[in-house]
Amino acid sequence: MTEVWQLWTYLSEGPLLWLTVTLMAYLAAERISLLAGRAPLANPVLLAVILLAVTLWATGTEYETYFEGAQFVHFLLGPATVALAVPLHANLGRVRQALVPMLAALLAGSLTAISVALGIGWLMGLEMQALSSLAPKSATAPVAMGVAERIGGAPALTAVLVILTGVIGAIVVSPLMTILRIRDWRARGFALGVAAHGIGTARAFQVNETAGAFSGIGMGLNAILTAILAPLAASLF
Amino acid sequence: MIFPITVLLLFQLLGEVASRLVLPALPGPVLGMVLLLGALVTAPKLAAAIRPTANGILSHLSLLFVPAGVGVVGHLDLIAAHGLALITALVLSTVLALAVGALVFAGVAKAMGQADD
Repeated sequence: MTEVWQLWTYLSEGPLLWLTVTLMAYLAAERISLLAGRAPLANPVLLAVILLAVTLWATGTEYETYFEGAQFVHFLLGPATVALAVPLHANLGRVRQALVPMLAALLAGSLTAISVALGIGWLMGLEMQALSSLAPKSATAPVAMGVAERIGGAPALTAVLVILTGVIGAIVVSPLMTILRIRDWRARGFALGVAAHGIGTARAFQVNETAGAFSGIGMGLNAILTAILAPLAASLF
Repeated sequence: MIFPITVLLLFQLLGEVASRLVLPALPGPVLGMVLLLGALVTAPKLAAAIRPTANGILSHLSLLFVPAGVGVVGHLDLIAAHGLALITALVLSTVLALAVGALVFAGVAKAMGQADD
């Protein structure tokens, strides 16, 4: 028993164990998602996070220890964002053609996300710090956290709100678009990128490559617009 | 495989430099994406060289959000402290932003006679 304990102590302190467990959790989540026919609720990000959270809790592992392994995966978010230029370039003709609808949808979607979040939060009695943390939550995490900090929010709270927004968007998008009878992949993808950043974009790539490309643009453009609009909107409260 | 990864990292690096020096409001990777797009337009051969790797990473974009997502679980008390208001605001704002964004896109595209091919 002590040998098992020593082995565990040795492995749990290095990055190898938690990097491997992260990849295994993701593969399991992907498998479940595929078996569920890509059903919205079987979102791979959500499933993998739940699997890992339960594992960390059951083994009494701190997040800091876990992240020492998982940071190698986390790091790839940067190069992946840069890589969005490739599908964007492949779809450049359609992007140019759809420039006006895109800019209109960007403004409408971004304004709706910020104003509805602030309005509901205010009506339900949130104080200023929570409202400021909430305002930029549809933007990609680094932008949202930077904006929140500048307008007096709490970046840690914003990080949580950003991830939850992404998961909510990825889960509701397919049923919502079916109800609204929107079949244009460009419209579906673009709106998803604006409202639910990279997690939405990951969902869009699962469903359709055009939707994924337009979602990536929506995410990039809303990063820029949110940095401008969120401070303005928050100053109204 | 090493060449495309180097290109992606190089443009992320250029994006970080641009973010520090010129546009601090935007994160380095987003600026790196814009810079890489510019490079792909001027040198289409580069696109063919990095496409398989780029598409490989993007087809597993979900994986990359997992470590941050696990971190969120430890901070759910922040949400709980503000209770129902935050969850309601998140759900309604996300659903409405999706609906409005998609309807405006489809509506404007239709009005301009630009249905997708």
